[in-house]
Amino acid sequence: MPHIVVVGAGQAGLQVVESLRRGGYTDALTLIGDEPWLPYQRPPLSKKFLLEEMDPTRLYFRQTEHFNKQDVTLRLGISVTQLNRATCELTLSDGSIVRYDRLALATGSRVRTLPVPGADDRRVCYLRGLDDAVRIKARLLETSRVVIVGAGFIGLEIAAVARALGKDVTVIEAQGRVMPRVVAPLVSAYFQRVHESHGVRVMTDAPVQAVVNSGAGLAVRLRDATEISAELIIVGIGVVPNTELAAAAGIICDSGIVVDEFARTNDSAIVAAGDCTRHRNTLFTEPHRLESVQNAVDQAKVAAASLLDAPVPYAQVPWFWSDQYDIKLQMAGISTGYDDLVLRGAPESGAFSVFYYAGERLLAVDSINRPAEHMVARRLLLAGTKIAKHSAADVAVDLKSVI
Amino acid sequence: MPKITYIDLDGAAHACDVANGLSVMEGAVANGVPGILAICGGSCACSTCHAYVDSAWMARVGAAADIEDATLDLANDRRPESRLTCQIQVRPELDGLIVHVAKND
Repeated sequence: MPHIVVVGAGQAGLQVVESLRRGGYTDALTLIGDEPWLPYQRPPLSKKFLLEEMDPTRLYFRQTEHFNKQDVTLRLGISVTQLNRATCELTLSDGSIVRYDRLALATGSRVRTLPVPGADDRRVCYLRGLDDAVRIKARLLETSRVVIVGAGFIGLEIAAVARALGKDVTVIEAQGRVMPRVVAPLVSAYFQRVHESHGVRVMTDAPVQAVVNSGAGLAVRLRDATEISAELIIVGIGVVPNTELAAAAGIICDSGIVVDEFARTNDSAIVAAGDCTRHRNTLFTEPHRLESVQNAVDQAKVAAASLLDAPVPYAQVPWFWSDQYDIKLQMAGISTGYDDLVLRGAPESGAFSVFYYAGERLLAVDSINRPAEHMVARRLLLAGTKIAKHSAADVAVDLKSVI
Repeated sequence: MPKITYIDLDGAAHACDVANGLSVMEGAVANGVPGILAICGGSCACSTCHAYVDSAWMARVGAAADIEDATLDLANDRRPESRLTCQIQVRPELDGLIVHVAKND
């Protein structure tokens, strides 16, 4: 009997399994994950789960019974230590060998660690998995001063939660503004003001030089020797793709497992999906890597289709969201390479969108508390519909009429 | 504990006890109701927990808030009874609620 094995039980791995069964695959199917938990929802970890009393099992996508019914073999709390493509075998951390006919790699990503002296102190935390969130949640209860290193989505979402819990919060960002990699300066400025108005101390242009002991607590030392004391330090400075298993087996990797628009690697028996891939999307000319739920789910569907020998190309608009306080930031498209910005609505009103253009071509839209505009933007970007800048800027123009 | 009945796309009824305070989506996921995907984890960002509230229950469940209303624009086959189940909190007066799972994919 054919056997498909999925390595990685996160959002992408689970979606491959679900899509295979829904697509009519009835033969053997195994899902291997290195965390002990059933596949769970990651987005709430930096939001609702940290803020509220919530049992971790509430985050499970599916219960054990579901996997039994679907005849999916779960191997959880076990990692894959070696991939042997010549024999189509995986070696697991418990020493067992699993043979596959087709393989899906959904190995995800891991946190980038802070590369400075003293950062290995156990009071320096990272948020990636459910275990991390449980630990941070417990630590937050017993601390009052929190320093967050990195003003990306994770750092800012945690900052918002920590303020809601009444903590003294400082966010330290190495670059000149918050969320520097992903949003326009005016969006960064808006979010910095929001955090400051909620009582967060935001420090930019402040690369951390070291983590040092300071009395009973810790401190981060900045370039000018300033020390910011903390009882708890949470670092959110990005992730790196988990490519080692694939690379060691000779699968081509380049800042991610390289896959085509059908999620296929250079081995015809192996597909890959999610955070771990550097992939093609037919809506774009350049390959890229995306760390998002949308990419995990949509690319996993593509990977499953390829495993079922019914390939469909990946052609989806990337989208992403972040919840901070009562603000929902929603992003559609990829703004890299923009040369002009069009503002729709006023930031002072707390609800606006920013349209990113390259020439007359719309690349991306960030919406702040404007969910309807986000939804329209996704449709415009998917269809490649032209929208004139003056229309984008004019709140009197109903964007739905443009579709 | 309120009982919520989910009618899946095949017409099968899943009567589930769901604790007050959970969302109707969480009740579906915890009980393995097919078709409620909830890929965003209940953040009102994806529309894959879309269901139709049984017409007899519409008034008690209430209408979607603005952000949900906009998100529902992305859902397949939106109708007047459409709701995102992650945005309906289970409470005593919803004991007996019936929802029909929409096509979520």
